[in-house]
Amino acid sequence: MKILVGFKRVVDYNVRIQVKPDGSGVVTDGVKLSANPFDEIALEEALRLREKGVAEEVIVVTIAPADAQAHLRNGLAMGANRAIHVVADTEVQPLTAARILLKLVEEEQPGLVLLGKQAIDDDANQTGQMLATLWGRPQATFASEVTVADGRATVTREVDAGLEVLDVELPAVVTTDLRLNEPRFIKLPDIMKAKSKPIRTVALDELGVDAANHLEATAFAPPPKRGKGVMVGDVAELVSALKAKGLL
Amino acid sequence: MSKILIIADHLGGTLNPAVAKCVTAARAIDGAQIHIAVFADQPDTVATQAAALDGVGKVLAVANPAHANLLAQAVAPQVAKLAEGYSHVFGPSTTFGKDVMPCIAALLGVAQVSDVMGVESSHVFTRPIYAGNAIVTVKAPADQTVVATIRAASWSSASDGGKASVEAVDPGVDLPGHTRFVELRQGKSDRPDLASAPRVVSGGRGVGSKENFDIVYSLADKLGAAVGASRAAVDAGYVPNELQVGQTGKIIAPELYVAVGISGAIQHLTGIKDAGTIVAINKDADAPIFEVADIGLVGDLFKLLPELEAALG
Repeated sequence: MKILVGFKRVVDYNVRIQVKPDGSGVVTDGVKLSANPFDEIALEEALRLREKGVAEEVIVVTIAPADAQAHLRNGLAMGANRAIHVVADTEVQPLTAARILLKLVEEEQPGLVLLGKQAIDDDANQTGQMLATLWGRPQATFASEVTVADGRATVTREVDAGLEVLDVELPAVVTTDLRLNEPRFIKLPDIMKAKSKPIRTVALDELGVDAANHLEATAFAPPPKRGKGVMVGDVAELVSALKAKGLL
Repeated sequence: MSKILIIADHLGGTLNPAVAKCVTAARAIDGAQIHIAVFADQPDTVATQAAALDGVGKVLAVANPAHANLLAQAVAPQVAKLAEGYSHVFGPSTTFGKDVMPCIAALLGVAQVSDVMGVESSHVFTRPIYAGNAIVTVKAPADQTVVATIRAASWSSASDGGKASVEAVDPGVDLPGHTRFVELRQGKSDRPDLASAPRVVSGGRGVGSKENFDIVYSLADKLGAAVGASRAAVDAGYVPNELQVGQTGKIIAPELYVAVGISGAIQHLTGIKDAGTIVAINKDADAPIFEVADIGLVGDLFKLLPELEAALG
């Protein structure tokens, strides 16, 4: 079985996001970029399934500008067998990403597609569900445990009420939540090894998908600021402050 | 004119409170007709609750044993069928809403607007990105159905007092058999629901252990509050996952939020930005939680919490 892993490059989670003064976007020039943390978890899970003998091959996919090769090399250094780079110079929204992934799914015929539940830049939380729908296959989102056996996956999902367990027929799409695993660190020899692993580069136009963005971002703004708070010295002052606000 | 279909989330015969917030968001669109669709094995109880929400014109009840548990890939094709004739399909930003709404959008071949926090017009919305560190205004195409999830913390609840009719409908769509529900493991709690409680006490890594978390539960009970936690506390196994507050957990807007031993990573802060009053208790005076707190108290939580409980009488 092959596992296809979505591996998006995003602004690093430690970067303090600044909105451009003219409201035309957020500052991304010169900021650190790294793999979407949820996608790293997806890749880690795929590698573990391969190590258990459930899968033979793990393919990482990114949809990004031409300079994202180093990002894919990181995925290969983590342990993916090969990579596919769909080169797109402009913003790709989730529906388009799902259509692109569907094309690759049709070519590669994976038994499982693992994606992060959301990317920490647009926080959309859509691509996995859209891919499963377009593909006509099951989805198990927000996974905290995945077991694969006999052509099915048993997935524990983090839901509002607690933990839900679904049993889905493969092939399927699984999106990962935070507690599925802890991604491994990349070791130096793996970086060397990754240099010889294949990356297939394909231009977005070659895939023949409808890549029109439907949503137009018209303005960006910083979030409303909360008023300056007060520091209190002890519990008695805290209680008085709460009473003054009518909260006690 | 806008005609909006809201997909109900519910569990155990109770309508999720986030649905009443979707109604308020829908009412922000001028002159909108609002309908709610309830998918369940026995939808009557939930449909009655939905019909009582002020502003709702009609409730569509879809009864099917396959909906004893809401599965996205079973619900979505039926909604896509029902969506003919509607200009908008809304769902709450609950885990069910997040699971099912993109499927509906994909079937309709349209984009989804996630986590709507403001309605500017029928096709222009604001939503948070980068863990709430920026707010983007997005415009959806006028010639397409708008599919959106509604960020519950940004909206008040529609009040009761509505008297909508309930209509049984059958979209007549074959349901896929590829997904089997196994079980739902719920934490048992008599405490208020974290997502909708007016008061919340949350603990973080500073609480130190599962056993120590009793001090958080105890204060919460004194205040009649729900209990929440930071990701660090959940990862460390102090509390179950459903208590996580933040970017990837629950986004909440209680009147009072008490953060105990929580340093305040931006991913946590994004979950509490809409809280009325934030109280922070932490031993580290430089913790980022104090930058957003309305009332801050520096000190040892194991000393301060019992004092606070005693002071509350």
